[in-house]
Amino acid sequence: MKILAFLIFSMFIGSVNGQTFLVDEKTFTHAGSQLRYDALMEELRCLVCQNQSLADSGAGLAQDLRKKVVAMIENGNSDQEIKDYMVQRYGEFILYRPRLNYATVMLWFGPFVLLLVAIGVIMRIVQSSQSNHTKKKVSSENKLCDDEERS
Amino acid sequence: MIPEIGHYALVLALSVAALQAAVPMIGARMGADNLIMLAKPLARAQFLLIATSFITLIIAFVLTDLTVSYVVANSNSALPLFYRISAVWGAHEGSLLLWVLILSAWTFALTLFDKPLPLKLNADIIGILGIISFGFLLFTLFTSNPFDRVIPPPQSGRDLNPLLQDFGLIVHPPMLYMGYVGFAVPFAFAVAGLLNNQINSAWAKWVRPWTLIAWAFLGLGIALGSWWAYYELGWGGWWFWDPVENASFMPWLLGTALIHSVVVTQKKAIFKHWTVLLAIVTFGLSLVGTFLVRSGVLTSVHAFATDPARGVFILMFLAIVIGGALLVFTFYKPDAPQEPHGSALSRESFLLTNSVLLSVATATVLLGTLYPLMIDALGLGKISVGAPYFNSVFIPLMAPLLILIGLGQRAFWTNDSFRRLSNAAKYPLLATIILALGTWGMIDDTSPIMALFGLVLALWVIFSTLAGQIRHYRSSKKLTSPYLGQSISHIGFAITVIGITLVSSYGLEKHLRMSEGETTTFGGYEFRFAGASAISGPNYNGTEAIFLVHSENKFEARLAPQKRNYHSGGQTMTEAGISPGFTRDIYIALGEKINDTDWSVRLNIKPFVRLIWLGAILMALGAITALGFGNATKTSHQSQKSYRINTTTRISE
Amino acid sequence: MRQLIPFSIFIILIIFFAIGLTKDPRLIPSPLVGESLPVRQLDELRTAETTLLTSNLIGSSFILNVWASWCAACLEEHHLLMELATQDAIPIVGLNYKDTRQDALRWLDKNGDPYLQTWFDPAGEFGMELGVYGVPETFFVDMTGTIRHKHIGPLDRSNIAKAIDILNAEQNSSL
Repeated sequence: MKILAFLIFSMFIGSVNGQTFLVDEKTFTHAGSQLRYDALMEELRCLVCQNQSLADSGAGLAQDLRKKVVAMIENGNSDQEIKDYMVQRYGEFILYRPRLNYATVMLWFGPFVLLLVAIGVIMRIVQSSQSNHTKKKVSSENKLCDDEERS
Repeated sequence: MIPEIGHYALVLALSVAALQAAVPMIGARMGADNLIMLAKPLARAQFLLIATSFITLIIAFVLTDLTVSYVVANSNSALPLFYRISAVWGAHEGSLLLWVLILSAWTFALTLFDKPLPLKLNADIIGILGIISFGFLLFTLFTSNPFDRVIPPPQSGRDLNPLLQDFGLIVHPPMLYMGYVGFAVPFAFAVAGLLNNQINSAWAKWVRPWTLIAWAFLGLGIALGSWWAYYELGWGGWWFWDPVENASFMPWLLGTALIHSVVVTQKKAIFKHWTVLLAIVTFGLSLVGTFLVRSGVLTSVHAFATDPARGVFILMFLAIVIGGALLVFTFYKPDAPQEPHGSALSRESFLLTNSVLLSVATATVLLGTLYPLMIDALGLGKISVGAPYFNSVFIPLMAPLLILIGLGQRAFWTNDSFRRLSNAAKYPLLATIILALGTWGMIDDTSPIMALFGLVLALWVIFSTLAGQIRHYRSSKKLTSPYLGQSISHIGFAITVIGITLVSSYGLEKHLRMSEGETTTFGGYEFRFAGASAISGPNYNGTEAIFLVHSENKFEARLAPQKRNYHSGGQTMTEAGISPGFTRDIYIALGEKINDTDWSVRLNIKPFVRLIWLGAILMALGAITALGFGNATKTSHQSQKSYRINTTTRISE
Repeated sequence: MRQLIPFSIFIILIIFFAIGLTKDPRLIPSPLVGESLPVRQLDELRTAETTLLTSNLIGSSFILNVWASWCAACLEEHHLLMELATQDAIPIVGLNYKDTRQDALRWLDKNGDPYLQTWFDPAGEFGMELGVYGVPETFFVDMTGTIRHKHIGPLDRSNIAKAIDILNAEQNSSL
């Protein structure tokens, strides 16, 4: 752990020397590029300050990667190509939105499957009680009307 | 000397906790009333001892006692007094002491309100809380002792992390822990209820107030954390789906399911398995959160200085406490057969659906938070699961929930019909559609469709709640606390949703380079960079930039974002300049200094962002209102009967 | 029975947590392991004019050590690299990352130069090709130019020994 702390620490010292890299609408030649850039920045993770996206991180590496993304957008690369470029060098870790593959099937479909299971459970409980619930009981309780809506 | 007193008090507390854990529960099994009666004095003694310990730690910080290594690591004599005190819980050891303090405080509170509880049940509840306290005290004393000395003392302390030198640290952790730890009480009620086979309507009635209070505190704690991150971190975000944020959010989500399920158990003595399981798992999630934050298994901005050895301890504790409770649950059979569940559109059905949806939402957040860990454990590499994922899966789950709130709170118990419900929904739905379309259309030419969805769902909740509240008032001729509390909380939730919708859909941001004296137009406002000057504070120096904001030539705000360099740690912090407002926040953060006159700046307009936290405050307020000081909720007749048979002696003062 | 489900799920969770305690979430494995070293033209540190092709080294396995003069941890591992250099078992190539020529040369003069060659990467461009995210990082490349292992952080004896074993194993299996 100490080793990693050193590593991160070293990274910080180095980044102080860098020039400020500012990205605003003047940076890009095409109109929609700024939006693409902003969207991509939220999707990429900083490897040094691992709790921040590339948009927010102040680390030197984040700065370099931002420059690279700007260059690739200007070059005409698609979002997919930019992400592939990053993943080729830094691994899947750099993407905040995990790509769908065999390992992440459970991640992407899990919630949906859980929801279906949950709906199934609810339906079963309600239906099994339906058969117990006689019509007589229903009408007599309805007469209580307003009283019943109270909590 | 003073730290020694604190240390000793803690050791004594450990012994008392051991007794508190063992004696009442053994007494309950043996039927020995004299042992059972020891529960109250033991619990109170433990609180006094831990409080003493905590106070000595505060004194050590106030005096900046540099012989205490925890003080050295987290404080400094130049640190302002308020931060010196809050630094007590600024790192692992001290926050752990806060954890046990709050646990003992909750237990103490239980001893004040235990009159209605049967002796044996109460003994078991206090005993279980004693077990939890014993475990944490053991952990504190053996691996995380805040009273460790460093002889000879160093010249100066290392200072509190500048990010923590803020009002947020004073309020957020204590509030959060009140909730987080507070769910130990429903947990203890659940396990005690299982051991005595007394899960019934009366049990639900007794546990409900504790659950509501814990839930309210946790919600406020989370909201405070969000607000703190917003103004402190400097990039205007209010939720990051960070693992530690999720660790506090999950107990809150499941706690919401619990407070709804408890109501059903109280009213109709059904959903017993479900309520008890929710109570166990909610606190289980609190412990999982404690594990995640302090063990180093996940990367997080919140993580304390992590140590796998500590992680092992917490994991074992987690396994024993929650594993034990779940094992007891496995063999649970209710003492009496449960009433049949109501019809498909009955209030019970809606509440069941609510519980289930919230459980799925909780499981989803848990899945996403733990997935990187699971993939790594299976040797499949390292991946990241971040905000884009969570937003994609979580938000769609909230939509059906919002729809059902509106319908569920109008539904009759036991049985209701589609015709009656749709009749009740008529006017609220109409009002919703009109207002939503009107507002959405008015705001902007390019209004995103997501904004419309959010507005429709939130307004639906508001109007149906108002309709229900009016109907309820008319028929019962008074404002009953539980119903009023429910209305306030539901509206609070809707307001939070509106805030989130508006700030996400209509928030604006611009990065640019500005020179002193320059003016720029953005978001309908004029921003003038009036100038930058050097500033200094008690333990830092830096630069402050002044921005003047005008709207159509009328003065709007003066903002003063800062860049600070802290002396002892050498860290640089960004303090954002914020002009708060009900309808909008203007938010400016300084980037880097480009040269003597130019700075890179980030300008933000955040419409209605404060609604997010206002809604959270209302949710908590609603819970406290629902406690009611007078109006009791009707309990089911069947379990009232069985309660009278089962109870023995009451606890007498 | 159904009531056993919560307990069972919980036990599985505990097992995952236990395994998780043995892992370091901050360490990011390199996707370049098993891939060829990227071919680029780089300047040499000492003689600014000479340009090198990274593919020049193919023929024997070597160690590629990424370092910088501003990096405290690089100093930690440096004596081990000096030792390796004197043993002459395996060539060591340096990649000077985001540094100035002056500072880098001064550092080498002060602490010793174990490197057969040092490539100069002031902007970190080649580092980005390699997926470098911190210093020091060390790549172990076999004689076909394929990266076989990447070590993140300062090296110690056991890391070096293990990595060299990996390289030798590759070498033997390809013979």
